[in-house]
Amino acid sequence: MKTVVSVIGKDAVGIIAKVSNICSDCNANILDITQSVLQDMFVMVMLTEIKDLNCTFVEFSDKMKNLGKENNLDIRVMHEDVFNSMHRI
Amino acid sequence: MINIHDIMETINMISEENLDIRTITMGISLLDCCDSDPEKACEKIYKKITRLARNLVKTGEDIEKEFGIPIINKRISVTPIAMIVASSGGDPVMYAKTLQKAADATGVNFIGGFSALVHKGFSAGDEALIRAIPRALSETTNVCSSVNIGSTKAGINMDAVKLMGQIVRETAEITADRECIGCAKLVVFCNAVEDNPFMAGAFHGVGEPDCVIHVGVSGPGVVQAAIKKHPEATLGELAEIIKRTAFKITRMGQLVGNEASKRLGVPFGIVDLSLAPTPAVGDSVAHILEEMGLDCCGIHGTTAALAMLNDAVKKGGVMASSYVGGLSGAFIPVTEDAGMIAAARSGDLSLEKLEAMTAVCSVGLDMIAIPGETPAEVISAIIADEAAIGMVNSKTTAVRVIPAIGKQKGEELDFGGLLGSGPIMDVNLNKLPTKFIDRAGRIPAPLQSLKN
Repeated sequence: MKTVVSVIGKDAVGIIAKVSNICSDCNANILDITQSVLQDMFVMVMLTEIKDLNCTFVEFSDKMKNLGKENNLDIRVMHEDVFNSMHRI
Repeated sequence: MINIHDIMETINMISEENLDIRTITMGISLLDCCDSDPEKACEKIYKKITRLARNLVKTGEDIEKEFGIPIINKRISVTPIAMIVASSGGDPVMYAKTLQKAADATGVNFIGGFSALVHKGFSAGDEALIRAIPRALSETTNVCSSVNIGSTKAGINMDAVKLMGQIVRETAEITADRECIGCAKLVVFCNAVEDNPFMAGAFHGVGEPDCVIHVGVSGPGVVQAAIKKHPEATLGELAEIIKRTAFKITRMGQLVGNEASKRLGVPFGIVDLSLAPTPAVGDSVAHILEEMGLDCCGIHGTTAALAMLNDAVKKGGVMASSYVGGLSGAFIPVTEDAGMIAAARSGDLSLEKLEAMTAVCSVGLDMIAIPGETPAEVISAIIADEAAIGMVNSKTTAVRVIPAIGKQKGEELDFGGLLGSGPIMDVNLNKLPTKFIDRAGRIPAPLQSLKN
């Protein structure tokens, strides 16, 4: 299963490193990563493969959410199918 | 990889524009729970519901976490209880209490199906159930009730219309100490649908499978935001924008429905393409109409705007889902919609205008507080008018009015939560339809029913 990790917020040093650290801790494989600035907001989107996760999906997702809270960022982990079904016919 | 703008659009819809799945509703047939002993029948009902729905709430929450889409309600609909009463006998209230117990055990927030279908006449069990509605709704908190009193094929059962006027009043009186909340859980239908996932009118029709999952989507805020981005668009262009938005919203419903059905091992029924508002700001159907260019919902032009909105939502949604059903249309419940509440308070939205609006959208006169002094025959007449619109236009219409016992026009009722609050609206009580309602009998099916 693939998930999309999205990070939205004010740009700062080390955001990608922190997010990647959690991926590595949880054994989530980063497949693709892209970032840009949209409407003055830093936006980073990461596609990860989580079939070999060493924790539950909820734990992985909660770790990301907490990281977001600590750094004043909106971090969400969502199933890839959400975007595929909404934007592709 | 998926386009970053598409990802941002989806996240924005969820975080800023209140996109959510309004409900996952599990329909459960109780036909195999009949027994010659009513207590045994209740036991079978409890066991069947708790067996099939034991993982419903948890599955909903799991999907919510994995997919990142809020799923607001998890609910159950069951076979109209009048059918079980017909074969198993006993006090219908006992069945309502069993449903309540099952709702508590499974953790769902509403269970619908304390219902009777009497569009052509009463059969065994129907009248007993209808007369028990006030007590059943007063003695339970999460059970919803509905009665179908007319259809395009059968006409309107005016005996039932007359009775329901009295029952609505009685239900308000018996729950007068709780803001008359009983009436917020009671819907009187014409052309009721068998696969409706939305409360309070959901029941599990006899043509449905033993157990099935239906999904109701929502998203008035998303549609409003999409329209807001195009202030200069013509109405044709607006329709196109609404269609595109509705498509995306519905895809979400289809995805969640498929996933829930797979995880629960229950067949997927339908997606109900409805714009269902909540009292939250940014989740209002009235505000969409205002965004389209009306100063206030309820003024002249409202019916036309609503007709276009309703049609565009269906056109956009229909391709996004393999099975569309339920009520599928924009809802206009007054106390559950911030814009409608404001329009009713300012006096721009009247009962008469709401009646006209129900001719072009789903579903009917919904969540409307009326003066406590409104007599039963006037409520019956309101039901009859609404049923006539449904019958002639081959569409579902419904009445969910709340007589605010002890209160008058201008005062307010406050139910809290999703049911919201709102002002008591004006009803014409100067002259009465008593003679017409007292005639009773049946209004014959219209010519539209002769399609064969």
